[in-house]
Amino acid sequence: MAKLPVTLTVNGDGYDLLIEPRKTLLAVLRDTIGLTGTKEGCSTGDCGACTVIVDGRAVTSCMVLGVTAADKAIMTIEGLAADGELHPVQQAFIDTGGYQCGFCTPGFIMASKALLDENPARTEEEFRHALGGNICRCTGYTKILEAVMQAAEEIRTTA
Amino acid sequence: MRSFEFFEPTTLAEASRLFAQEHAQLLAGGTDLVIGMKALTETPQSVISLQKIAGLAGITTDADGGVSIGVMTRVRDVELSEEIRNGYTALAEGAAEIGSIQIRNLATLGGNIAHASPAADTVAALLALDAQVDIASADGERSVPIHALFTGPGQTILTAGEIMTRFRLPSPASGSHYIKHKIREVMDLAFIGVAAAVDMDNGTITGARIGLAAVAPTPIRATEAEELLAGKSLTDAILAEAGEAAAAACSPISDLRCSAEHRREMVDVLTRRTVREAVARAHA
Ligand code: FES
Ligand code: FES
Repeated sequence: MAKLPVTLTVNGDGYDLLIEPRKTLLAVLRDTIGLTGTKEGCSTGDCGACTVIVDGRAVTSCMVLGVTAADKAIMTIEGLAADGELHPVQQAFIDTGGYQCGFCTPGFIMASKALLDENPARTEEEFRHALGGNICRCTGYTKILEAVMQAAEEIRTTA
Repeated sequence: MRSFEFFEPTTLAEASRLFAQEHAQLLAGGTDLVIGMKALTETPQSVISLQKIAGLAGITTDADGGVSIGVMTRVRDVELSEEIRNGYTALAEGAAEIGSIQIRNLATLGGNIAHASPAADTVAALLALDAQVDIASADGERSVPIHALFTGPGQTILTAGEIMTRFRLPSPASGSHYIKHKIREVMDLAFIGVAAAVDMDNGTITGARIGLAAVAPTPIRATEAEELLAGKSLTDAILAEAGEAAAAACSPISDLRCSAEHRREMVDVLTRRTVREAVARAHA
């Protein structure tokens, strides 16, 4: 089918695009807009590498058709740092070494960011469960959880 | 993914008209359809998104003391709703079992049911909670109890152009509970799912409903077990009878995930466990 005109709002910027309805939001972000921070792991909803935040909710962008994301506030890893300052969860991943190859990291960070916005007072067990949709093929889970707990602590004490 | 025509109607009438055409598919949360289209197991010529139709999402209290849940309500919202957690606990528990949070932020209750998987995580609870399904089409509206909705794996009684609009739950049972038998904590399919809802009066079970998932070609009610429990107080003996009756009601398959024998055995075990917990919650 012909491409449809769609305006997407990503990290506060408006993009007037012509996109094929069959393109996923993930493909539009990466290939059409050129924001390649969001990763494609499985493309079936299983790995969480493609996690972005839409209207405040973490979603797997490989399961979303780009044309259905018009009029929504989309946030990707590129939009997380504010005024040159890393978000506490980004800083925590660096401090703890919560990444190895880094492929899963944007997805973990965006999923964690949404969880921390919702409730930073979760226990480690609760964060572990809530991040069950994110997979790290390097299996660096111990450090990832350390990062999330550090960010949670930071957010709780500065709030 | 094959190309398709995309529609985003703003009225149910328009959606129904489009959906009545050949090779049309409805798009709710997309967590089944988009993946199916990538795998080419779904090759619709038109995809009709329901997201712009007002009134299809949300949880509202009904005049009769029950609640209505719109088909486009995200399962994450079902899981987190205080009203559902308190009054319809089994459904909140079922919703919380679906995929990951990222998936539950997309997936809708209507999609979970319309997909008609015998293993859907919310279906056992909706059966036990006696949900009514409201259906709209160009010819008007109708309503069916959820146990009458399914005809086979992936199959429902819905005819061309018919669209489910909401699930109506009667006023809360005294207690309910859902257990999913699985391997992984999250992101797993149910080996089986068992939900129970009980009405209690002074220590007597006045009514019980048991929903079973992934144990037959469609989700089912264990009606014989329900009848055994009605009018009784909770004892190990009556639970054992109910568990056996529930196991006898299923016709599970053996597949890669587990054997039919294991599924049947676990229906017995989990029926006893869910009923016991539903009764405990009624007293709490
Ligand atoms: S790429 Fe979307 S979940 Fe893996
Ligand atoms: S750091 Fe390599 S996949 Fe997680």
